[in-house]
Amino acid sequence: MARTAVRRRLTWQVATVTDVVDETARTRTIELEVSDWPGHFAGQHLDVRLTAEDGYRAERSYSIASAPGEPVAITVERLDDGEVSPYLTEELRVEDALELRGPIGGYFVWDGADSRPLLLVAGGSGIVPLRAILRHRERSGSGVPVRLLYSSRTLDDVIYRAELAEPPTGVEVVQTLTREQPEGWTGYARRVDPALLGEVAWPSEQMPLAFVCGPTNFVETVASGLVALGYPPARVKTERFGATGGR
Amino acid sequence: MEALDGNAIAGLLQDVFGTEMTTAVSVCGHCGDRRPVAELVVYLRAPGTVARCRTCGWVLMVLVEARGLTCVDLNGLAELGSGRPPSVVQS
Repeated sequence: MARTAVRRRLTWQVATVTDVVDETARTRTIELEVSDWPGHFAGQHLDVRLTAEDGYRAERSYSIASAPGEPVAITVERLDDGEVSPYLTEELRVEDALELRGPIGGYFVWDGADSRPLLLVAGGSGIVPLRAILRHRERSGSGVPVRLLYSSRTLDDVIYRAELAEPPTGVEVVQTLTREQPEGWTGYARRVDPALLGEVAWPSEQMPLAFVCGPTNFVETVASGLVALGYPPARVKTERFGATGGR
Repeated sequence: MEALDGNAIAGLLQDVFGTEMTTAVSVCGHCGDRRPVAELVVYLRAPGTVARCRTCGWVLMVLVEARGLTCVDLNGLAELGSGRPPSVVQS
């Protein structure tokens, strides 16, 4: 797919749900057929809009979970008091229509042009855009070495668990479970802090490129920790998720 | 209210400016801090959308949507560069 992104207005369009996959008890991946999709980059997101019968509208932004060239997919975490995520994770069925626009964003994007080692750090559903980056790396045949540090509360909260259990060559997956660990757990069992980053992160001399995504506090801790380890701020890309069912 | 970052308003800014703006470099009108819009501190329901300087907290942008119009106040910015959509040829 050779395609150059150009200036374009964002327009809403109706997509069709082609598949739904429950990733955890609270998260679901929704695969979509979008007729007028211009292609996307790993790390970009899209906006979803729901319209109630009385005309009330709610919009949320979700990271794209799939690599460029794959069918568009988002992974949504259900927030119990959310306006949009309960519908997406519990009501939406295959062949249903969903209004969306995108792709959106250009900052939190990995296009494969940077050949330095990648450090990916995710908290909770912050794994979603990083998964798109991992898949893009694999599909594009990139040999860039990757370390992924992924923090979840419990093993049951780990999104893409099977996929991450068998990473491709050159990808090292390090997980930490902060609340509860199963018997025989060999990963970390504490919150990500500067000390843990010091053990896992590529040395700054290798000029790694870091992508950090998760809840706001998580991202602040990791980003400042990496800068303290000598990462130049411009090499630490951040994206903060809020408690609004997306960003 | 939880602070997010400029990535959260990528769609809104693209509506207003007609192009990707999170990669645009902003300069704070108060302290001169220079960084991509994606890294600004953003509050989505302030009411309206407010982007503040990550260094000094100065209000840089206020966007309020009402009756189909978006009112944009950029008074807090000393400079705002142009945004750049990702454009490398994909394989």
